[in-house]
Amino acid sequence: MGQREGAAGLTTHAPQAGQAVTLPTTLDEAVAALTAVPAAVPVAGGTDLMAAVNSGQLRPTALVGLGRISEIRSWQYQDGHALLGAGLTHARMGRPDFAALIPALAAAARAAGPPHIRNAGTLGGNIASAAPTGDALPVLAALEATLIIAGPGDARREIPVSHLLAGVEMLRAGELIGYVRVPLLHAPQVFLKATGRTGPGRAVASVALVLDPARRGVRCAVGAIAPMPLRPLDAEQWVAQLIDWDNDRAIVPEALHAFGEYVAAACIPDPAPAEDGSVQQLSPAVLHLRRTVAALARRALGRALS
Amino acid sequence: MSNEAATAAATTTAQAPAPEPAPHGIGASVPAADARAKTEGTFPYAADLWAEGLLWGAVLRSPHPHARIVSIDTSHARSMPGVRAVITHEDVPGTPLYGRGTADRPVFASEVVRHHGEPIAAVAADHPDTARMAAAAVIVEYEVLDPVTDPEQAFEAEPLHPDGNLIRHIPLRHGDPNAVGEVVVEGLYRIGRQDPAPIGAEAGLAVPRPDGGVELYTASTDPHTDRDVLAACYGLPPERVKIVVTGVPGATADREDRGFQLPLGLLALKTGCPVKLTATREESFLGHVHRHPTLLRYRHHADAEGRLVKVEAQILLDAGAYADTSSDALAAAVAFACGPYVVPNAFIEGWAVRTNNPPSGHVRGEGAMQVCAAYEAQMDKLARRLGLDPAELRLRNVMATGDVLPTGQTVTCPAPVAELLQAVREHPLPPLPKDVPEEEWLLPGGPEGAGEPGAVRRGVGYGLGMVHMLGAEGADEVSTATVRVENGVGTVLCAAVETGQGFATLARQIVQETLGIDEVHVAPVDTDQPPAGAGCRGRHTWVSGGAVERAAKMVRTQLLQPLAQKFGMSTELLQIADGKITSYDGVLSTPVAEAFQGKELWATAQCRPHPTEPLDGSGQGDAFVGLAFCAIRAVVDVDIELGSVRVVELAVAQDVGHVLNPAQLAARIEAGVTQGVGIALTENLRTPRGQVRHPDLTGYALPTALDAPDIQIVKLVEERDVVAPFGAKAVSAVPVVASPAAIASAVRAATGRPVNRLPIRPQAAVVTGQ
Repeated sequence: MGQREGAAGLTTHAPQAGQAVTLPTTLDEAVAALTAVPAAVPVAGGTDLMAAVNSGQLRPTALVGLGRISEIRSWQYQDGHALLGAGLTHARMGRPDFAALIPALAAAARAAGPPHIRNAGTLGGNIASAAPTGDALPVLAALEATLIIAGPGDARREIPVSHLLAGVEMLRAGELIGYVRVPLLHAPQVFLKATGRTGPGRAVASVALVLDPARRGVRCAVGAIAPMPLRPLDAEQWVAQLIDWDNDRAIVPEALHAFGEYVAAACIPDPAPAEDGSVQQLSPAVLHLRRTVAALARRALGRALS
Repeated sequence: MSNEAATAAATTTAQAPAPEPAPHGIGASVPAADARAKTEGTFPYAADLWAEGLLWGAVLRSPHPHARIVSIDTSHARSMPGVRAVITHEDVPGTPLYGRGTADRPVFASEVVRHHGEPIAAVAADHPDTARMAAAAVIVEYEVLDPVTDPEQAFEAEPLHPDGNLIRHIPLRHGDPNAVGEVVVEGLYRIGRQDPAPIGAEAGLAVPRPDGGVELYTASTDPHTDRDVLAACYGLPPERVKIVVTGVPGATADREDRGFQLPLGLLALKTGCPVKLTATREESFLGHVHRHPTLLRYRHHADAEGRLVKVEAQILLDAGAYADTSSDALAAAVAFACGPYVVPNAFIEGWAVRTNNPPSGHVRGEGAMQVCAAYEAQMDKLARRLGLDPAELRLRNVMATGDVLPTGQTVTCPAPVAELLQAVREHPLPPLPKDVPEEEWLLPGGPEGAGEPGAVRRGVGYGLGMVHMLGAEGADEVSTATVRVENGVGTVLCAAVETGQGFATLARQIVQETLGIDEVHVAPVDTDQPPAGAGCRGRHTWVSGGAVERAAKMVRTQLLQPLAQKFGMSTELLQIADGKITSYDGVLSTPVAEAFQGKELWATAQCRPHPTEPLDGSGQGDAFVGLAFCAIRAVVDVDIELGSVRVVELAVAQDVGHVLNPAQLAARIEAGVTQGVGIALTENLRTPRGQVRHPDLTGYALPTALDAPDIQIVKLVEERDVVAPFGAKAVSAVPVVASPAAIASAVRAATGRPVNRLPIRPQAAVVTGQ
């Protein structure tokens, strides 16, 4: 009894040092803090980070808190675009004034989880986590948003959101997502999400659809069914021609239906025939997912044009 | 939420105007004493405990569902700084096996692991991270074996355990096997694996005692049985192991995982230091028992009027790797396989088999819930075949007091099934949201979901459920309680654990009622008190409530005896009411407080209901002490393109015997019904090839406030059960049994699809090709 095993009296436990947390007040200070301590992890809402910490998957040696950087917690206008701070919370984006600007992003923000998650979770965090089920991501993909990345030495560079999500371009050491540049389209936008329950839940599939009347375009992105949002470009172009843009954006109902099927088939294609010509059947669960995407895309276009 | 809850809330002290007296005694909505602390977050649960110099425990669990252990090397873990003990099967001083029914489960796996998450080793260290790292540093060499995960294959497979793969088989034979009906319907049904998912995960603190024993502070719901198991495995006499019950953060099942308690106490004994162990959510999902996944095949015979002639069924329960309480679940499944209907001929084969899936055990309504989903689906099929209204068909078959169960047991308790069904049937349907703007409609998929009014269909369905109360088949059900009154302040000492079922409140009400005093406390529970048994199947309302009542009556006699003697009358002629002791003739009238002045009275009593007998070789026997019934009408909205379902309203009528606390009763029914919504729509712990997937509350979707429907308690039938204390019946389990069946029935009505699987997958609620 009471006999100590191992190296008696020694401990692996290093108390988490309080000084390892920095709370910069400007974007450049934050970048400087990250550059100074390369192991530091930036944290905004912490809704993903703290889950990883609590489950023991991550023990950051230092944190850079982004919550006090007021310049990224609001938005401004810039030649026909909105420059959204990466620190905007989902709760803020869900409010009516924001919804009047970018309705689909507001709808995605309202659907993004229970209130305590929406109060903390941020737009930049949603992009940085890049979870397949991130609700803002299909909207940003449909809007063809670009990210303004702050880097060491006051550097700023701009990359399309899809490049970051696809891994074509990555965040480099010391870089932070500062702003998200989104076009203001002044036209209906829809975000629809299918989940497993009536209460907040992760998307099984989601569809973001925006109209661009100036360019007579329809842009659509499907979320949650692949590691990043999918853009059915052919289906977008095809359906854009069928819309009577000068006449209340009228469309025949059959076209709505066909658009849904087109989007679903583009995002969940039939398996290519094997060398012997045999075609593997999709499983019932995948067929249901395809039906779900079709219904969401049809409903989304229908609502945008109604 | 519901009208019932609103009225119940209105009768509690908080809302009542000042002059009204506090709720008191039986039949009043006495609030729980700890309600405020629980809502404010100051109530201490096991995870909040602390002891000076405590160590942190961690358990290494098997990543494989089935494997042979070639070797276990703990040397790396032991040599890590901060690690104080690493224990494996070699460190278990007592019996290496334990179990609820049969002892078939090793404390730590030694040669074979039989399910994903089975404990293999445990570590105590000076920091929780160190403990987890050291547990991960225990090197286990496995020879991975093919898991048996399909219960149908368990019969043919190599034995997974020395006890074999068949845990129990009940072939129930009742009536004429050659009877045939004019109409025959068949069906195959599957029920998923529900996890009890208590809000607080398992946690505990073990403190070594100077006498070489150990004290465990855990949220045990059956402390004495747990203590006996621990003592046997530790090789200690039971009196040197003590369990002190801390606050229980949710229990709708046998909440405590003994595979968690056992290493905890062992680590404390080994290190001589207090040890604390708190399970992560993932460990919690891996460790405790689940509801039995079940496969059911049914054939119902009926005559042209829809009267049941014969029911044939095969019921296969997946017990998982260890037997646990599967035998009890199977008995309930077989006995209630036909539901609360009169069935002259029944032939039911039930099996509980061993697989490499996570172990199944007691989750409230076990056995009864799975068969209810199946027999109610069969009743819907029969109604459709005969062109009858589903409620009408059920009414033609419902049982009543005096009818015989397929087990040969006569139903002697009240069985107002027809009255319950009529009540929910006649309750007005919820209105369509015609007058509300369309954007405010709560459609399937939620407020920001994709629901579209044009694709939504409404359906109405029924579920009739029954459960047994107390342990069955000869289980010795007994509880002991002590009531002490000192200067008019009462204390109840009883080892019945308050799990949230409301026993502590009920015990206070019983003493208030019997002795006319207001202030009554319920003492904390530990194993130094006499045993009261497990908190399940409505036991404590019956046996512990009965024991408290008897003890309180003995105190009453002690109190009244001197007064009665003084006036030359027997104590029976005195009554206690409105805070006064009065005699039948009005000569005597003394305030209760005055009578208790300067006195300290004690009494201890036991309650033991009438005995039952095991089911025999053909499934016959008086196996149950009492039965409770419930009828639920579900109204659902289904988006028939996406297959999303929202339960709009559940109307509940329940056979409760006697309402002891209206607010508490309504809360229990609402909780049970909501758990049923989970089974019906979302809750299923998936284990492909024996691997538990998504053991977290994101992957395992519990119903949220938005998923919980409007719950209308339309009728509580108060027909007293003469053998039960106060005539009251247990209320928590039966709504869990009936609500999934009712929801499935409503989805069937809305979509025309068969819906033969729970939870209902969206693809099963989609209507294609319209």
